[in-house]
Amino acid sequence: MGAAVIELENVAYSYGGGELLSDISLKLSPGSFHFLTGPSGAGKTTFMKLCYGALLPTAGHVRLFDRDVRLMDRDEIALNRRRIGVVHQDCQFLDHLPLRENIALPLTVSGRHNIDELANLKELMAWVGLKSRAEALPPELSGGERQRAALARAVIMSPDVVLADEPTGNIDWEMSQRLLQLLVELNRMGKTIMVATHDLNLIRAAKGQVPARVLRIANRRVQLAGADL
Amino acid sequence: MSIATRFTTLFVGDAQADRVVPPSGFTANLTTFSAAAMAFLAVFALALSLAAGRLADRWSNDLARSSTLRISAPADQMETQVAAALRVLETTPGVATAKALSEEEQRALLEPFFGPDLPLDTLPIPQLIEIDETAQGYDAAGLRLRLAAEVPGAVLDDHTRWRKPLVRAASRLRLLGWTSFLLIGGAMAAMITLAAQAALSANKQVISVLRLVGAQDSYIAGAFVRRFTLRGFTGAAAGMVAGLIAVTLLPSAQQEGGFLTGLGFQGADWFWPLLIPVIGAAVAFAATRAAATRKLKELP
Repeated sequence: MGAAVIELENVAYSYGGGELLSDISLKLSPGSFHFLTGPSGAGKTTFMKLCYGALLPTAGHVRLFDRDVRLMDRDEIALNRRRIGVVHQDCQFLDHLPLRENIALPLTVSGRHNIDELANLKELMAWVGLKSRAEALPPELSGGERQRAALARAVIMSPDVVLADEPTGNIDWEMSQRLLQLLVELNRMGKTIMVATHDLNLIRAAKGQVPARVLRIANRRVQLAGADL
Repeated sequence: MSIATRFTTLFVGDAQADRVVPPSGFTANLTTFSAAAMAFLAVFALALSLAAGRLADRWSNDLARSSTLRISAPADQMETQVAAALRVLETTPGVATAKALSEEEQRALLEPFFGPDLPLDTLPIPQLIEIDETAQGYDAAGLRLRLAAEVPGAVLDDHTRWRKPLVRAASRLRLLGWTSFLLIGGAMAAMITLAAQAALSANKQVISVLRLVGAQDSYIAGAFVRRFTLRGFTGAAAGMVAGLIAVTLLPSAQQEGGFLTGLGFQGADWFWPLLIPVIGAAVAFAATRAAATRKLKELP
């Protein structure tokens, strides 16, 4: 197993005078699958944001691909985000662009909108079951379609890591299963996956398919969970 | 990336990249209109500066090369003193020509003030000698000393006394024109900065999505910079054309009209306004780039 793709060492994060996360140390190895669970407001989203450099720790070190985020300038953080696909619960899109262009956005911003990449885009849209919705505008999509579109956008650059923050929060169980299936497939392709969710049924469903490590945020700290699932 | 490539990219752009920022409709038209209005005013400021410059040069050159010798003497000595003065002038280095004005020429000079029927022969009018200098000019102080010795009734007027304030006035007018031109550029920069900041604030979510998918600040800023630069250029080009039409419709230069009818462009000066759209685009580019760089640093 190679060096950690994301590593947190004694990380703390404070906001508005209060400490949200405290003394967190964790390594995400290449090809691993993690769930992050915990009650609402426990700091799952904050943790995820620390993992892709959207927030900087107030103490400790976060290393992305063996490099401390504090040593990175804004451009380097942006370049690292091309290696980390992110799916948010409220998956934001550019509402004036059709779905096809939204999914291809990471390619566009990296200047890779050539014919080969666009062929991959078609395959990817078929993979997430959105081929027929290519020209739809984001406001016209259902919750499930938006989540799958966000996942497609997150993986179009073939990132090393996919971070999904409550990806099934707004969709029904059947669609959650479909989305989980896609994440498991990505993991089998060698991608590192971390899914923040409070849906224990989703975690149970995943554990039958993939050797996932379950982490829980409680009392501002991250700890291994599993026995109670 | 070479400067030429950057320039081409700026104007030709990346169609795909430009689409990431949503169209802004009415506010875009306001920016273009403001740039057009500024360019229109800039054409007049430029016309004022150039006309004042021409005036200053003309007064400076024409008057600097000529002077007048005035001889006041009793009638019986006048001819002798005029001849003596002309002899002095002929031997003075720096004097190209010296010519005593005829009675008709003196009458013509006084006519605007006293009318056509002035009886010059009955009035004790001083005799004027018109002096044209060479490019090197003459030593006025030395000439005065020689004249004082040989032509006691002669007074040399090299026009310095009244040429200086005129040239100074024209120079200040020229400075005023250039100051106006700079202020117009500054106002345009301020206006585009405000518009760019408003556009960046309104598109906060777009920027956040772009950052999430790995867009670098230069890419995001570029999309806004290109848009505002093109608006600045288009507006300034339209304003320049309107300004040039308005200047063309001004009365043509006439001696009687003096400075007012000379306000406009002459010869190669007509090419100067063509720089206004380029300057407008450059101002828009710099203002938007500065605003975008500042604003993007505030965002995560």
